[in-house]
Amino acid sequence: MSTAPPLTADAQDADGALPRVDLREQDGREWAVASGRWTVLGMCTPSAWEALSVNLQVLPVREDRAWDLRPIAQLDHIGAQLLWDHWGQAWPARLEMAARHKAVLDQVAQYTTVAPPETPASLVDRFYHFAHGGLRNGMHVAQDFLRLIGQLALDLGRLIRAPQRGPWRDFSGQLYQFGATALPITALVGLLIGVVLAYLTSQQLRLYGAETFIVNILGLSLIRELGPVLGAVLIAGRSGSAITAQIGVMRVTEELDAMRVMGIPPGFRLVMPRVMALAIAMPLISMWTSIAALVGGMVAADLSLDISPSYFISALPRVVPIINLWIATSKSAVFGVLIALIGCYFGMKVKPNTESLGRGTTASVVASITMVIVVDALFAVMFKGVGFRS
Amino acid sequence: MSEAESALPSSEPRAGVGADASPDAEVVVEIRKLWTVFGSLDGEQVVHRDLDLSIQRGEILSLVGGSGTGKSVLLRQILGLEEPARGSVRVLGQPPTHMSVTGAANVGMLFQHGALFSAFSVLDNIAFPLRELKLLPDDLIRDAALVKLQMVGLGPEHASKSPADLSGGMIKRVALARALIMDPPLLLLDEPTAGLDPEGADSFCDLLRWLHRELGLTVVMVTHDLDTLFDLSTRIAVLADQRVIVCGTARDVIAHPHPFIHEYFLVGRGRRAMEALHEGVTPPAAVGQPGGGPPPSFER
Repeated sequence: MSTAPPLTADAQDADGALPRVDLREQDGREWAVASGRWTVLGMCTPSAWEALSVNLQVLPVREDRAWDLRPIAQLDHIGAQLLWDHWGQAWPARLEMAARHKAVLDQVAQYTTVAPPETPASLVDRFYHFAHGGLRNGMHVAQDFLRLIGQLALDLGRLIRAPQRGPWRDFSGQLYQFGATALPITALVGLLIGVVLAYLTSQQLRLYGAETFIVNILGLSLIRELGPVLGAVLIAGRSGSAITAQIGVMRVTEELDAMRVMGIPPGFRLVMPRVMALAIAMPLISMWTSIAALVGGMVAADLSLDISPSYFISALPRVVPIINLWIATSKSAVFGVLIALIGCYFGMKVKPNTESLGRGTTASVVASITMVIVVDALFAVMFKGVGFRS
Repeated sequence: MSEAESALPSSEPRAGVGADASPDAEVVVEIRKLWTVFGSLDGEQVVHRDLDLSIQRGEILSLVGGSGTGKSVLLRQILGLEEPARGSVRVLGQPPTHMSVTGAANVGMLFQHGALFSAFSVLDNIAFPLRELKLLPDDLIRDAALVKLQMVGLGPEHASKSPADLSGGMIKRVALARALIMDPPLLLLDEPTAGLDPEGADSFCDLLRWLHRELGLTVVMVTHDLDTLFDLSTRIAVLADQRVIVCGTARDVIAHPHPFIHEYFLVGRGRRAMEALHEGVTPPAAVGQPGGGPPPSFER
């Protein structure tokens, strides 16, 4: 850098201008003269970037080309990185630049490295991990879940021995949260499903002239199946996710550990009241949903088939044996216990980061809804001969 | 501007404000007559009342104050995350709310807990502001992010890790690299050394000093760590009584007779840190040699 470099007048007043490179002949050499603001702000409009990349493309690195960076008004790390990458990550043979820009380019030159290669997993590897991990995870989940149920049984035993020391306040709070506040939404959904079902079946029944059978169809399907399942799905989405998020946040913020240190077992203090609250709230919610659906169906039957509400109400006990109500209630209690346990399980499994919390909540809702359907199918098979009038 | 002039000849001993402002010193952040009011059920609570503060290019200014004096709120107002009730904040001559996608080129912020995006790898976190421009080629972005990663003293082998796998010190370094990816002239730090062990805090201070020198940054930080405070700051602004009671070098601040300053610096922990200062140690940021030297590396 000893000989006088070319400095042209019009390159100097490029202050604040767009970044650009010009080609000049001087001293029998080709000089690439960069000017303007080589900063990310200077380059980040589409037109400026387009112009600059075209500009650089026509000036590939050549042995005999010298670079003059002195007219550059501003150079930041992104601009320097662009130049350095353009030079093929090596210094050009001849280079003139201001000292303050040299420092920036030096840093970029010093720290530019190749990123460590990320070996992409092969398809076989992925399949192995998926199958192996899935199997092992499944085993772990089953094991942990069994442990949770066992712990619940122990905690219930402890509660029976010393009921005055149970977490009753938490229990009643959860009962209100899971039960009372869910009444409006379950009523609305139940009512609408009842209306839809009544209109749908009334079309078919009219074909056969069997209009009065709408009481049988609505009564059995709503009380025995749809009421409990619908209520359980809504509660799984509403309260299952809330349980997971609540316990998950407590885990992220180490509240669970704090509780354990104080000698208060989280199973007894957190899991058990939630399970008990849902075991009681869920049958009530399911009955409430069934009632709302029956009211909806009754109104729709009156409108579309002229089945009067008084006939509907008087026929209902005759065509739907009372045992169906008991099946629905016991089924709902099982749903409630499962939803609460699954919610608690995924909450306890949350790792201390936000991503895990989101994943846990999603997994909890999906798992509890799936579980509700599976258990409902089991009940249907088990009680296939019970509660129907022959 | 007339109100700024009328505020100057007040009788209060404002040791630092404007004292070391040479004619060419450029004001990066200018806060004028700022009011912050929080509404609550039992009436309004005034946090800042007619607060004035100006920060010159190239200095490291620390905000100090008891809890509830609105240090973090002030940082958020400089960032444009919160609007003051009255008064004006200007960053690089503009109201901070006017900064758009390229905001990362104006102000960098290191949040107390890093605020790394947990869904991205380290490299993707650092490259995020550049990628969002949807303009630069990916090779360039990756190279630039790797340069910044190494400038904060982390090796390229950490690039593909996820934030959940990093230690506290590493999270702060990655967050710093992300804040600096677009070379902003102004860097804000909220409790930069909180939660770090003494050794980690020291090496992070070294890193901040090195970056300040290399990149010519203007730094504003909120800190409770007196070691960090005396180690890095070129000026200290003390918030009390809803305003800046004094703003100047460590010696000027300690000489101020306000009871809060006495409590904060001259009793207990403060005294121990002060003893180090009285042994004649000047803030090394002021005496550092420009250029040269690798970033203080991070071996853990």
